[in-house]
Amino acid sequence: MAVIGVLALQGDFAEHIKLLETIGVEATEVRLSDDLRKIQALIIPGGESTTIVQLMDAFDLTAEINRLVKEGMPTWGTCAGMIVLAREITEDRPKPLGLMDIRVRRNAFGRQVDSFEADVSVPVLGEKPFPAVFIRAPAIEEMGPDVEPLANLNGHGVIAARQGNVMVTAFHPELTQDQRFHAYFLSMVSGS
Amino acid sequence: MDQGTWAVKVGLAQMLKGGVIMDVVNPEQAKIAEDAGACAVMALERVPSDIRADGGVARMSDPSIITAIMKAVTIPVMAKCRIGHFVEAQVLQALGADYIDESEVLTPADEANHIWKHDFKVPFVCGCRDLGEALRRIGEGAAMIRTKGEAGTGDIVEAVRHMRTVSGEIRKIQSMTQDELMAEAKSLGAPFDLVQIVHDTGKLPVVNFAAGGIATPADAALMMQLGVEGVFVGSGIYKSSNPEARAKAIVEATTHYNNPDIIARASENLGTPMPGMAARSLKPEEILAVRGW
Repeated sequence: MAVIGVLALQGDFAEHIKLLETIGVEATEVRLSDDLRKIQALIIPGGESTTIVQLMDAFDLTAEINRLVKEGMPTWGTCAGMIVLAREITEDRPKPLGLMDIRVRRNAFGRQVDSFEADVSVPVLGEKPFPAVFIRAPAIEEMGPDVEPLANLNGHGVIAARQGNVMVTAFHPELTQDQRFHAYFLSMVSGS
Repeated sequence: MDQGTWAVKVGLAQMLKGGVIMDVVNPEQAKIAEDAGACAVMALERVPSDIRADGGVARMSDPSIITAIMKAVTIPVMAKCRIGHFVEAQVLQALGADYIDESEVLTPADEANHIWKHDFKVPFVCGCRDLGEALRRIGEGAAMIRTKGEAGTGDIVEAVRHMRTVSGEIRKIQSMTQDELMAEAKSLGAPFDLVQIVHDTGKLPVVNFAAGGIATPADAALMMQLGVEGVFVGSGIYKSSNPEARAKAIVEATTHYNNPDIIARASENLGTPMPGMAARSLKPEEILAVRGW
């Protein structure tokens, strides 16, 4: 069975691993480029995108992750992970990997006092709304024609999207008990 | 859309995990911290070692310093208020600070009561020396805990003592039977429901960082190996001879805390650490960790 790697440089990687383990999936921390050899899919978790990118560069992970994702490795970025995977961001830092055709605005909803929870409709997960936790969340400002929107938030545009083997969510399914987003990502892994 | 919920308060602390939160006193220092990979900054007028040296009453920073730092960086900006000074906390929330540290580093405004933190939309982090203190603060609404250590000393010994105390008390509660928990809650002076959670889960119900005395990459990794989920570095960076290099090295050592080869490399050629003072040499009235209860 596939092993899911979770980038463990900084952020809430432990929450992703715990959720994956509760649904019976083997998950492992990725801190160095050698760790990438053991995995068939990658999650870039929530955290601070400037910190994560800085550490990816310092420990030679950037080029190798770029190569693997371009070769088709299923990859999912939550919040900071979405910023890391974007083609372009509206701020001058950090420099994103450019693996998904989206332009992202950081802290698009404001500061921490503006962080919120909302039930959002995600058609690929079924009718039941998904409990989404937005923490200093980014948003997709613009996306290319090959990007498929997975969820919208009224007045704020697209908050989850997929382009082939790459998926992003502006919110944190790993902070909830709802396993459906992780199960959907696993279906991308088994289908690849 | 529900704002200021427990999930978003605790959630931001979860996003900070594995990271380093650095004390900064101006926008330039904040930028250096961000470039070095800090996951957040603490906006201050003076770092703890200067507060210690200056004496007098230490209060919330001038709001213009906090807002200037908020403008300079995109990472979360925290700020300190005095223990029990809920109006300073209201001001920090109005400024848009991302986290409030109700801190023993400032001179307490109330020697009996801490702030009732559930009333705020902004999350709070509070210090602790033991499990009872941590659970009392969480009971009042703290969404993140840090062990106090002894701020402004550059001496790690108190941070180690406080973390070992918390961990030992958690292990003790875990090994207890259900009928022993109420007496333990009484002896700790902690809310029973939180003692129950610690018994059931074997950990604090919120994220716990280390603070107070971290001056080297190895200090940060030591605290991580002792079980904290991230570190605060105060005077340790900007009171050293090469803040840029030291900040980066502490970030790397915090991520790779289990990898001695990387910690060794990160520790090379950092110049002189902050001079520091042995926590044991402090007079009783100079000890900050005993502020609050």
